[in-house]
Amino acid sequence: MTDPAEDVVLSVENLSIDFRLRTHILHAVENVSFELKRGQTLCLVGESGSGKSVTARSLLQIVDRPGSIVGGRILLRTGGEFTDIARLDPDGQAMRAIRGRRIGLIFQEPMSSLSPVHTIGSQIIEAVRLHSDLDKRAARAKTVELLRQVEIPNPDQMADRYTFEFSGGMRQRAMIAMALAGNPDILIADEPTTALDVTTQGEILDLIKRLQVERGMAMLLITHDMGIVAEVADDVAVMRFGRIVERGPVDAIYHDAQHPYTRQLLASTVKLTRHVEGRVPAVAASSQPLQPILSVRNLGKTFGWHGKTNSLRAVDDANFDLYPGENLGIVGESGSGKTTLGRLILRTVEPTTGSVIYRDKIGGEVEVTSLTKKELRGFHREVRLVFQDPFASLNPRMTVKDVIGDPLIVNGLAKGKALEERVAELMRLVGLDPMGMERYPHAFSGGQRQRIGIARALALDPRIIIADEATSALDVSIRSQILDLLLDIKKRLNLSFIFISHDISVVRYFCDRVAVMHRGKIVELGEAEQICTAPQEAYTKSLISAVPNPDPRDKRMLHRHRFVAPVS
Amino acid sequence: MLGYIFKRVLYMIPTLFGMSLISFLIIQLPPGDYLTSMIATMSDSGQAVDPAQIERLKEIYGFDDPFYIQYLKWIWGIVSRGDFGHSFEWNQPVSGLIWGRMGSTLVISLLSLLFVWIVALPIGIYSAVRRHSIGDHVFTFFGFIGLAVPNFILALVLMYFAYRYLGQSVGGLNSPEYAEAPWSLAKVGDFLAHLWIPIIIIGASGTAALIRVLRANLTDELHKPYVITARAKGLPEYKVILKYPVRIALNPFVSAIGWVLPHLVSGVTITAIVLNLPTAGPLLFRALVSQDMYLAGSFILLLSALTLVGMLLSDLLLALLDPRIRFN
Amino acid sequence: MSTHETFGTYSGPVHTVADGPSISPLKAGKTVSTATVGPWRLIAGKLVRQKVAMFAGAVILILYLIGLFAEFLAPSLPSTSRPQYTYAPPQGLSFFVTKPDGSTEFNFHVKGYKVEIEKVALRRTFVVDEAKVVPVGLFVKGARYELWGLIPMDRHLIGPINPNDPMYLLGADRLGRDVFSRLVYGTRISMSIGLVGVVMSLVLGVVLGSISGFYGGWVDTVIQRMIEVVSAMPTIPLWLGLAAAIPLTWSPVNVYFVITIIVSLLGWTSLAREVRGRFLALRSEDFVTAAMLDGSSEKRLIFRHILPSLTSHILAVVTLAVPTMIVAETSLSFLGIGLKPPVVSWGVLLQDAQNIRTVATAPWLLIWPSLAVIVAVLSFNFFGDGLRDAADPYDS
Repeated sequence: MTDPAEDVVLSVENLSIDFRLRTHILHAVENVSFELKRGQTLCLVGESGSGKSVTARSLLQIVDRPGSIVGGRILLRTGGEFTDIARLDPDGQAMRAIRGRRIGLIFQEPMSSLSPVHTIGSQIIEAVRLHSDLDKRAARAKTVELLRQVEIPNPDQMADRYTFEFSGGMRQRAMIAMALAGNPDILIADEPTTALDVTTQGEILDLIKRLQVERGMAMLLITHDMGIVAEVADDVAVMRFGRIVERGPVDAIYHDAQHPYTRQLLASTVKLTRHVEGRVPAVAASSQPLQPILSVRNLGKTFGWHGKTNSLRAVDDANFDLYPGENLGIVGESGSGKTTLGRLILRTVEPTTGSVIYRDKIGGEVEVTSLTKKELRGFHREVRLVFQDPFASLNPRMTVKDVIGDPLIVNGLAKGKALEERVAELMRLVGLDPMGMERYPHAFSGGQRQRIGIARALALDPRIIIADEATSALDVSIRSQILDLLLDIKKRLNLSFIFISHDISVVRYFCDRVAVMHRGKIVELGEAEQICTAPQEAYTKSLISAVPNPDPRDKRMLHRHRFVAPVS
Repeated sequence: MLGYIFKRVLYMIPTLFGMSLISFLIIQLPPGDYLTSMIATMSDSGQAVDPAQIERLKEIYGFDDPFYIQYLKWIWGIVSRGDFGHSFEWNQPVSGLIWGRMGSTLVISLLSLLFVWIVALPIGIYSAVRRHSIGDHVFTFFGFIGLAVPNFILALVLMYFAYRYLGQSVGGLNSPEYAEAPWSLAKVGDFLAHLWIPIIIIGASGTAALIRVLRANLTDELHKPYVITARAKGLPEYKVILKYPVRIALNPFVSAIGWVLPHLVSGVTITAIVLNLPTAGPLLFRALVSQDMYLAGSFILLLSALTLVGMLLSDLLLALLDPRIRFN
Repeated sequence: MSTHETFGTYSGPVHTVADGPSISPLKAGKTVSTATVGPWRLIAGKLVRQKVAMFAGAVILILYLIGLFAEFLAPSLPSTSRPQYTYAPPQGLSFFVTKPDGSTEFNFHVKGYKVEIEKVALRRTFVVDEAKVVPVGLFVKGARYELWGLIPMDRHLIGPINPNDPMYLLGADRLGRDVFSRLVYGTRISMSIGLVGVVMSLVLGVVLGSISGFYGGWVDTVIQRMIEVVSAMPTIPLWLGLAAAIPLTWSPVNVYFVITIIVSLLGWTSLAREVRGRFLALRSEDFVTAAMLDGSSEKRLIFRHILPSLTSHILAVVTLAVPTMIVAETSLSFLGIGLKPPVVSWGVLLQDAQNIRTVATAPWLLIWPSLAVIVAVLSFNFFGDGLRDAADPYDS
């Protein structure tokens, strides 16, 4: 075995980065130290605002103004020599020789990280030629070879395509090819799969891992997902508020975490790998057959003209029932039609075909698709929507009282003192202090805003809540809090949920039954546990097996199912 | 790409129709018609009025017809045989008067556009990259002045200074001695010597506006992830900026022709009136004052069509520049 | 190989987000919580921080005040002509006179004129005569006028103590009229045309823009095509065409209103486009969908949820549209087909500067009205820019 010190290619010592803002200095990174070793992966994990991305960028001296390195060293090993990157001129030749040549970088958003007006090939060729004396022809040959290595089919033709002609996963592959163009010995991947669907995520992580091993690169992987960390990391550094709170080998972090924050982060993640405890699905609990509260039959939506080649069947012949007191999950990747399905039920998007039957309080059946505009308002009082984006869904110009009270006012249910009391009651219900009702939404954090949105949905005593990716925009620790809140409210108010999400773990935790959507169709519908542990359909199998498992001793992704879509 | 061009050209037709309608509205707007006032002046001065000729004119222009028939006659004349109507003041067909003037308008507008581009591009890039530097502030200040000073005031001020300090009268596009002379090298030189003043005047506000557009867009683009990607490759800073964000910020710069061109044509009109340039402006103005409406309306229609063609060209240029437009 | 370490002592509950990376204040002083501050106060706060915009706003205010109190502020009436003072140059205001014995004494005054004959051209010109003293006072009695056409008065803020003495602070025109007084009266007309024009544009633009943006579909298409046609036509030829149709026999008041309409007819397109764009963007915002699902009627959606978010942006666009109107009026009047004497506007004043030889003799005929136009346009631009930056208080 070689001397461990020789394996360290880059070591960060007491790095501090400040952002000089108008009124104050933000210490984004404080005294951060870690080492990157040849052939090994260090995962820098943390929630939003932890300073992990800034840290990664500082290694290349590309921190945006007004941020700047104010202390510490970044030592890059070249042979036996060390260069302190922190002291290099960001615009200088020495720094540029390190960028791309020694350290390659992959970003989160492959769409915006590649130029939309240059071909993929030209962008990679440029990177190749920057760090070699290859002529154009040779550089192109190397580019095609790189594209082949990242498993892009027909690399020779694809090199002449533009980014918008690529799918998300393909773009990220191209981005990886570009990062490898200069043969770097260090690879930084900044949330490389966050913008991708879970099945694509698995493939990209596989690819990165394989290339890293083949080339013996040291890798710094930035992520917020403890599952990914367990799958790929050798070492882990947990960041919080600009500091590393805990650092160590991945196994020790997962099975012997010392710091409470790490433990809490792990607990929130692990909790979501199981169904919520102590709950029996409502359908199973009841002895006599229940009447569904909502029945969706042959529901479909086609965008564009019927029969035309460019028409898109966003939702295709969807059928399901929602029973009282049930949590039904609708899970699918981007473009599967799950959000459209939710909107069709509420008719904010008009269905092309099919019917939605709602059974109201007195047991009468209402055909939702034939309601008039006015009648629809009554339906909307009982079936409410919780949005994904807690920032966009609250009117920034209204106080929390106005936001939560608005449905009560427009429906003529309360005003004046009574309104205030009802709003206060709702706020307490969702775990907010009623003292804050005169505040504006911008004064609240993402999780608190989502609570406001939930309070608004509850204001009209609804019977069904459609939650559309309601926890996707939140950090993992906040996410599990909001899920628990919803479960608690559901129990107290006797609600039924349609829970739309791309995140299988959230659905598994929260839902009794799950419908899996793929390309507009519901491909499988069944008990949550059954779908998550013993899926029947090929697509569901690949989907479930691609979910990273937050346990380094059980790396699920390595033996996952691959799904090849049949040609339609 | 061909399909795209075809679509854009097809798209122009309703716009052109709207423009012709407005132009004809202007022709119809003044109370009474030219014929009536011509008869009145002729009989006042004791001239004999030939009733046959009046009838013939009435027939041709359909002064007794309803609005839409008159419009259709007018537009059909233009489309079928290039007949824009009759200039009553000059007593000759409008088409004989306008083309030379439109030609010089086109030349000056295009030269001004070129001037605007050449000046705005480097300054815009500089201002965005060196935001809040002294140079940026200076350019911003002059940009605001350029936007604030109306064309004709700038023209007057420049004329005053040229007259006062250079002892030169700056009207026209040629010195009197070349006015009637055939084109020669000397005349071209003289032409160019006269040209810079109108071009600066006409281009000033457009330049200022484009600098602001480019600066704003480029500032946005400079922080996009693809710029960081380019930097992370190890490209030198100037290449990072020129090859990526500038390239993308050029799109709004090019599409800006769409609104800069009407602006420039507008500027040419009023500046030409002040500086007495042989373009459409002064003739249009004279026609309007004497209510020679067919001449005036034709100018308005053609000037509008000119900006429309400019917009088409800018659309095509944009498609050439941006694959996203070309492919969708 | 790797060691397992933890750092720092653990403090506080783990799942609050109230804390974050540590910060150190740059400036001393308390930070005001913005949690309960409404959007308009946030906008005002953001605007006040922009010094240039605030200064420009003050200039605009002053210009409107000048327009409002034109009769009182002008030393004489705009139409009073004294042919004996044709093209009299500007006099400077002075506060002291030097007596023959060399001592100085406080005496608010302007210098009088003497006539010189140019030897070559044999032309009469006025020259400021340093020896003649014309005493000047504040709140002096002068020509009679009716403030706002209502209150008869004869006091002027400034003027010669003897009303028959010549006082031409900014010089005189061809008929010996006081350029300063005319400029003050012109402020009223020019600035108000901008304001009235923009209000009309706004009504047109907001109504059509909202309809277009809210209903979409073919209504949107038709309105969009209209906007496209109008905004693709070069403005000045169009203005000229419309203005030329105004009969010469119309009264100045009628002409004023028709000119305002013409100017606003062509300015509404940019407003409509802006309103439509914002409307479309806001209509698809989640919070608007949420309000719809709450049971809000279309009216309530527009007035309670969409328009409040639009107003600050509209205000900014409107401010930026005023200078276009001012320039339009000035251009038309300058060419002689807009407002006509005896109405006094900056454009009408500039008519006197059409002839370059006249300008060479009396440059003040060009300088002062031009300066007024430029200052007004600049101020509106700066103020509007500031407003636009401040318009979105939640954009950090």
